[in-house]
Amino acid sequence: MAVSPTIRVQEAPFDIRAESEKLTAGRTDIGGVVTFTGLCRDEAGTLAALELEHYPGMAEGEIARVAAAATERWPLLGLTVIHRYGRIAPGEPIVFVATASEHRRAAFEAADFLMDYLKTRAPFWKKEHAADGVEGGWVEAKAVDDAAAERWK
Amino acid sequence: MKIRYFAWVRERTGLAEEDVDLPAGVETASDLMRWLSGRGENYEMAFGEPDHIRIAFDQVHVTADARLGEVDEVAFFPPMTGG
Repeated sequence: MAVSPTIRVQEAPFDIRAESEKLTAGRTDIGGVVTFTGLCRDEAGTLAALELEHYPGMAEGEIARVAAAATERWPLLGLTVIHRYGRIAPGEPIVFVATASEHRRAAFEAADFLMDYLKTRAPFWKKEHAADGVEGGWVEAKAVDDAAAERWK
Repeated sequence: MKIRYFAWVRERTGLAEEDVDLPAGVETASDLMRWLSGRGENYEMAFGEPDHIRIAFDQVHVTADARLGEVDEVAFFPPMTGG
């Protein structure tokens, strides 16, 4: 049976543990859950916050396309993707991916794939605000992220 | 047709979105960027290096050679940095 992914794009923080538990609640067929949480770093104390801009509608749409690709490729029993936008302070979560499957390999690989594709395809942009109050620049896309996504082709 | 701009493309044009009537001869995303560049210094700053711009038609990624056809909403933005 095809799994129906949970996808949320939101400004509010989320509870990593609760989101992970929702995937397995009442289930006895799931053998493993892999979760990844992307956090805002303070860059050695120089960063006050990240500001994430997104393209409403397309953000949800693109995450759904990436999630559908993952469910076609791996036998997943559950899948959750949450991505935040707005101002995010160091230590706070930005993105959450959780995958559930019967055996671990599918969950590990699908979570890895999802993050590589989200980074290069989901329409979000990070701007840095420095600890000294200066509005920083836009974070530049990294070639290493493109290379990471390429390896799944 | 509606055009939306995000991140530094939005900051450089000074607009989040606008409605435009396409002139004859503007048939692809690439043509549209070239035409926009000629509309003023702010647009020239945003679209001076079109290879650095990503494009979506009706909220789906496309390449610069994509034809505008019946598209309602075009968006221009930098390479994504989410995750």
